[in-house]
Amino acid sequence: MEQVIFKIKSNEPIARSVYRMVLEGDTSAISASGQFVNLLIEGFFLRRPISVCDSVPGELTLVYKVVGKGTEAMSRMGEGEEVDILTGLGNGYDLTLSGDRPLLVGGGVGVPPLYRLCRELIAQGKSVSVILGFNTKDEVFYKDEFEALGAKVYVSTVDGSMGKKGFVTDCLEGLDYTYFYTCGPEPMLKALYRATATSGQFSFEERMGCGFGACMGCSCKTVTGYKRICKEGPVLCKEDIIWEK
Amino acid sequence: MGKIIDTKVSLCGIEIDNPIIPASGTFGYGYEFAELYDINMLGTFSFKGTTREPRFGNPTPRIAECCAGMINAVGLQNPGVDKVISEELVKMRAVFNKKVMANVSGFSVEDYAYTCERLDKCDEVGWLEVNVSCPNVHGGGMSFGTSPEAAAEVTRAVKAVTAKPVFIKLSPNVTDIVSIAKACEEAGADGISLINTLLGMRIDLKTRRPVIANKMGGFSGPAIFPVAVRMVYQVAQACSIPIIGMGGVSSAEDVIELMLAGATAVEVGACNLVNPYACRDIVNALPSAMEKYGIDRLSDIIGLAHK
Repeated sequence: MEQVIFKIKSNEPIARSVYRMVLEGDTSAISASGQFVNLLIEGFFLRRPISVCDSVPGELTLVYKVVGKGTEAMSRMGEGEEVDILTGLGNGYDLTLSGDRPLLVGGGVGVPPLYRLCRELIAQGKSVSVILGFNTKDEVFYKDEFEALGAKVYVSTVDGSMGKKGFVTDCLEGLDYTYFYTCGPEPMLKALYRATATSGQFSFEERMGCGFGACMGCSCKTVTGYKRICKEGPVLCKEDIIWEK
Repeated sequence: MGKIIDTKVSLCGIEIDNPIIPASGTFGYGYEFAELYDINMLGTFSFKGTTREPRFGNPTPRIAECCAGMINAVGLQNPGVDKVISEELVKMRAVFNKKVMANVSGFSVEDYAYTCERLDKCDEVGWLEVNVSCPNVHGGGMSFGTSPEAAAEVTRAVKAVTAKPVFIKLSPNVTDIVSIAKACEEAGADGISLINTLLGMRIDLKTRRPVIANKMGGFSGPAIFPVAVRMVYQVAQACSIPIIGMGGVSSAEDVIELMLAGATAVEVGACNLVNPYACRDIVNALPSAMEKYGIDRLSDIIGLAHK
């Protein structure tokens, strides 16, 4: 973890209620895809944890959805503004287990952390399939970006306005994959847990106090003991998960 | 010639380099923060609330945000006193070489005595800080800290099993904080810590349900600082044992204010969660703040607001 002052390069809407913020600053503390950062937003006491969509040396990309007052304030921030960010939080995805044909499954605002992961897997020569699930076509984002990386992309929408009508699990049929990585709303994660044939890794979301393991605000029970979503998570292996809610 | 600025204070016979103490539950056992800076620059710290048995704590969500603060209902998650001693304190010793403050919670008088007796045998523990805000399972679930008799009973039970200085950490959710503090003093407490969090609640307008799974939780952060100043002032007026003041402290000026109200040392809580360097920054800012307000020796200002 490091505390870094970033400068906003751009902050624009890319789909309904979804924004992309590109920031300039030291990203060296980010060591794995699937990690997150914690942003201090003026006027709010607690920081806002946001998954890393992409990071390269000197540049951080965040794709976030406006869901409350904090993210709404974030969406109004402009080019050149400075942001106090704790970077390199959480464990991130383990790429060593992917096999040759990994599958990435993202639901809504769970899609962003899969982008950096996809880029890394493709750089390793893996044949990557991606399923992106949304409610409706106005909410779809990053289909073209994943395709540009060289992934085979499938889209599902609940109302059928784009891609396959239904849920991400409706795209699984006939797909050949060696392992999977996912992030999205908990009902989707649960459905995927049941519908998948292989092992995989799940990224979870929880309300956090600190984001770096101090407050125990985001603890969960797992097969291998109590874990903090912010520290030993947000990524848990399929075999480790205990569904409580 | 520059003046010599003295930030040392004596806490029940143990001198600490400065009065800054990260509060229990916001600093773990120190080692997360030791990755960021040398935590030996702190006066001491109060480690995560420890109970007799291991506890997972409350279901999530455990956290809600407020204007200038937050609400938590973590529910005393900790591995239990035996593991705290055999694992956590071992890891702590690798990064912290001063005396630490052991924070203890319990759900019966026997729980408190058992846990304190175990921690009494740990050389690295300098003080016991006994949190009496927990519900008494044998007393109808009322918090020990809401009655002078129950708080005094816990104090006596703990004092009987330890030679270390005992601070009783009081809840502000009471009608008369002074009577409870005096009861603890009369029962032999070496000091009083206050204030614990204020009971609070938030409701999500979209779901129309409480934000926190436990519904209610402890409200902390800068918003509660004036309540802390008031209660420290009131208790300092009535008691002669030292006070550790806390509640929304976020700057060196806040430290000075609480000391003027009567605190010998000051704990910093919620701010650690937003700025992991908060305590380091306050320690570093203390000398210039003292200079600004004409203070040479910090211990000279304890309780000056009463004069």
